[in-house]
Amino acid sequence: MAMTGVLRPGHAQVRVLNLEESVRFYRDVLGLVETGRDAQGRVYFKCWDERDHSSYVIREADSAGLDFFAFKVLDKATLEKLDADLQAYGLKTERIPAGEMLATGERVRFELPSGHLMELYAEKTAVGNGLGVVNPAPWGREREHGIGPVRLDHALLYGPNVAEVQKIFTEVLGFYLVERVLTPDGENNAAIWLSCSHKVHDIAFAEYPEKGKLHHCSFLMETWEQVLRAGDIMSMNKVAVDIGPTRHGVTRGCTIYAWDPSGNRFETFMGGYQPYPDNTEPLTWTFDNFGQGLDYPQRKLHETFLTVVT
Amino acid sequence: MKFAVTIEDTGERYDCADEESLLSGMVRLGRRGIPAGCCGGGCGVCKIEVTAGEFEARVMSRQHVSVVDQAQGRVLACRVYPRSDISLRVVGKMHKCLARTAVPSPRLPSLDAEVDE
Ligand SMILES: [Fe+2]
Repeated sequence: MAMTGVLRPGHAQVRVLNLEESVRFYRDVLGLVETGRDAQGRVYFKCWDERDHSSYVIREADSAGLDFFAFKVLDKATLEKLDADLQAYGLKTERIPAGEMLATGERVRFELPSGHLMELYAEKTAVGNGLGVVNPAPWGREREHGIGPVRLDHALLYGPNVAEVQKIFTEVLGFYLVERVLTPDGENNAAIWLSCSHKVHDIAFAEYPEKGKLHHCSFLMETWEQVLRAGDIMSMNKVAVDIGPTRHGVTRGCTIYAWDPSGNRFETFMGGYQPYPDNTEPLTWTFDNFGQGLDYPQRKLHETFLTVVT
Repeated sequence: MKFAVTIEDTGERYDCADEESLLSGMVRLGRRGIPAGCCGGGCGVCKIEVTAGEFEARVMSRQHVSVVDQAQGRVLACRVYPRSDISLRVVGKMHKCLARTAVPSPRLPSLDAEVDE
């Protein structure tokens, strides 16, 4: 077992326009588990099978979008090392004290050249998935409400300077490039899918002129059947659906893109394949075939994919 | 209760019920290329200017609609519900789409598409 360094996406903090409407959406429709509220008015959620306290946090604001996206790292020594490595690389980092977020240890925050705030942390209180650790049931009541995803899987972020972002993730944070879409001239990457694990992506970026934009946070479903069921639940609740259910060519993931009540896109996702870091040749999509990369069966480069972000 | 909405740019008219947004009524026109964006007031794609008529607006992103904008009727169609007959003009990204002819555009949208605001 060789999972060291950066382990996985840990939490996303997202701005919503109306808190209680959004709580009802994330809790009752998406089926996340509400795990706390803090003095700043932030509401904390986790997916049913996540053991840490929270993975998705919302706060009310006058604009939608992403405040920051965080990765959990192996331990405190790793956190110290990565902080030093980021600074040695030339990035400014900031420490957010333990407890600033509920149940969360000290965070190292830095800004990417794409304008996104990223965080690393080593500690978050394990609250469990409610099933215990001795002779646990395979699932419980918390899975059976709303869409009920398993975990926060990844995010796709839009902003400038994707090439520089790629260098930071691959040269400092230990990620590797799994797939990419080339720019129309074939010279650069228009979009990149990066993994710190065995997943097809833990985070992805697409080149976009405006800084710090959220394309989507993605939630993992266990089966294609569950993705279709998610689509049923979206329709029953009049959720604004963007694309799908369909399959991405890129990552081979099966997907629905839809929007929360404030226009933040989210994804219900399953599948893909299992890349390893010794796959040194990333799968490459030419821009003229981006339509298949996005929506393999329909071969359609949906305009909203390129233009609608928060 | 239904109201008549007139799109000044094209002269088109559609009926819009008081419990549906101006955008969902517009989408029902079936007009190719109407970019119904996030439908939640967050992305700013569906910005319009209401030039006549009463409406009720739900909360929308200040990043795309300033206080001044809102006071002058420049709002996001997905967050606005008619309370009388309405006249509107489309602005921003939506304008480009409506102004296009009804002929489908085979051109791929560019990743460098200019940014609203
Ligand atoms: Fe995704």
